[in-house]
Amino acid sequence: FLLTAIMFAQVYGDNGKMKEYHYSGPVEHRFSPYSFNGGTVLAVAGEDFAIVASDTRLSEGYSIHSRDSPKCYKLTNTTVIGCSGFHGDCLTLTKIIDARLKMYKHSNNKSMTSGAIAAMLSTILYGRRFFPYYVYNIIGGLDEEGKGAVYSFDPVGSYQRDTYKAGGSASAMLQPLLDNQIGFKNMEGVQHLPLNQEKAVQLVKDVFISAAERDVYTGDALRICIVTKEGIKEETVPLRKD
Amino acid sequence: MALASVLQSESVDFSNYGRQRHGFASGLYEAELGLESVGGDRLSFALSTSCSNGDGPDRKIEFLHGTTTLAFKFQHGVIVAVDSRATAGSYIASQTVKKVIEINPYLLGTMAGGAADCSFWERLLARQCRVYELRNKERISVAAASKLLANMVYQYKGMGLSMGTMVCGWDKTGPGLYYVDSEGNRVCGDLFAVGSGSMYAYGIVDSGLKQKDLTVEEACDLGRRAIYQATYRDAYSGGQVNLYHVHSEGWTRVSQSDVLMLHQQYQAEKA
Repeated sequence: FLLTAIMFAQVYGDNGKMKEYHYSGPVEHRFSPYSFNGGTVLAVAGEDFAIVASDTRLSEGYSIHSRDSPKCYKLTNTTVIGCSGFHGDCLTLTKIIDARLKMYKHSNNKSMTSGAIAAMLSTILYGRRFFPYYVYNIIGGLDEEGKGAVYSFDPVGSYQRDTYKAGGSASAMLQPLLDNQIGFKNMEGVQHLPLNQEKAVQLVKDVFISAAERDVYTGDALRICIVTKEGIKEETVPLRKD
Repeated sequence: MALASVLQSESVDFSNYGRQRHGFASGLYEAELGLESVGGDRLSFALSTSCSNGDGPDRKIEFLHGTTTLAFKFQHGVIVAVDSRATAGSYIASQTVKKVIEINPYLLGTMAGGAADCSFWERLLARQCRVYELRNKERISVAAASKLLANMVYQYKGMGLSMGTMVCGWDKTGPGLYYVDSEGNRVCGDLFAVGSGSMYAYGIVDSGLKQKDLTVEEACDLGRRAIYQATYRDAYSGGQVNLYHVHSEGWTRVSQSDVLMLHQQYQAEKA
């Protein structure tokens, strides 16, 4: 009698409800060529500068693979790209872009401009239309006139030029804040002050600190690349490590 | 294929793996890829990446969709009006997308469906139109341009391209308007609205076009109003209304109006 009572408890669990786990038959496990490694990227274009910033956390599922894996890659003296999404595709894509940049340099005897790199990246991404690079790209740099330029992409190559853009895991949290602070959206009767470099850098730091608070895939450290006509300056700022 | 010849194909081993998988999977979505869903439905492409594998959230690669575009012929040419919102799932990726692609000074193409698909193929169309001009020493007709586009995408039918576009222009036979999509449809007509907000736009344009002989001003207002109403009711449309007018000299960019401003303007007019 006691034995059946114990078995009863095991099958039915503590609260009287049937336990969920049961063998339902053969299960097919599909290999997925993608994985999501997290990370957030942000780019802001100013009058004569551009900022590309990314966090440095590399995660997968519930684990963190690395706390020092920045997602900004320098392409030329006037262009930086930020790539987030699947790290494997980020690496391959940046290798391909570097190779194409070299080829262009050798054929045309000059560096590619930011706009040209953006157009080229669009066709590179679309070339894999039916098995995409799982990467969210944002290019930041200076255009031919020396003005700041930001180009944002989707995984298959649709792109456009923006003033500011956030991409990656915390993009939905950052973008509205940028819309408000840089685009002056949803504010009436405010003076539209142009963005200077110090304010922009401070805004980027604040925005990432907020993102690290609420997005699990963002944190550890922030890498900021500031592109001006003098060159590219890098700055690292610590973020929450939890 | 056209795609491989234009680009140096970087993909090696995985490409066949990918292609077979999607060739099959996209068949499942075939039924949904009707005119209605070309616009803003949750077209999660065949790549519903099951990279969950038990850990972390289920992530889908989301491409940009969702739109309202319309074009209609009238006495003085063709009016083309579009919104400017791009969505990735339920996230608004951008409110400032250029959905009218300027193929050449007398041909316009609109964008609905997958943003990358539209911009890529229409850019390729621009190249083909230029080649035609150089070979034949005359401008390409709207019918021929739309046929080139339709034939290009027909080769990829069933593989998951999502594109619903209108080719608008003026050639020696007068104003031309064709609807071309990734299913292989190519239809000549006087009025088209494409995208998730198309039904709302049709309502406005159909009632406005009843009065014959619109002036350019009235036609522009009608186009603007139609897109505005569509953005009002369709969640996947919004941003700004971009208006173009195609006439015998080519196309002109008439206006770019923020939907919020239009709303205040129409409210004031009602009062």
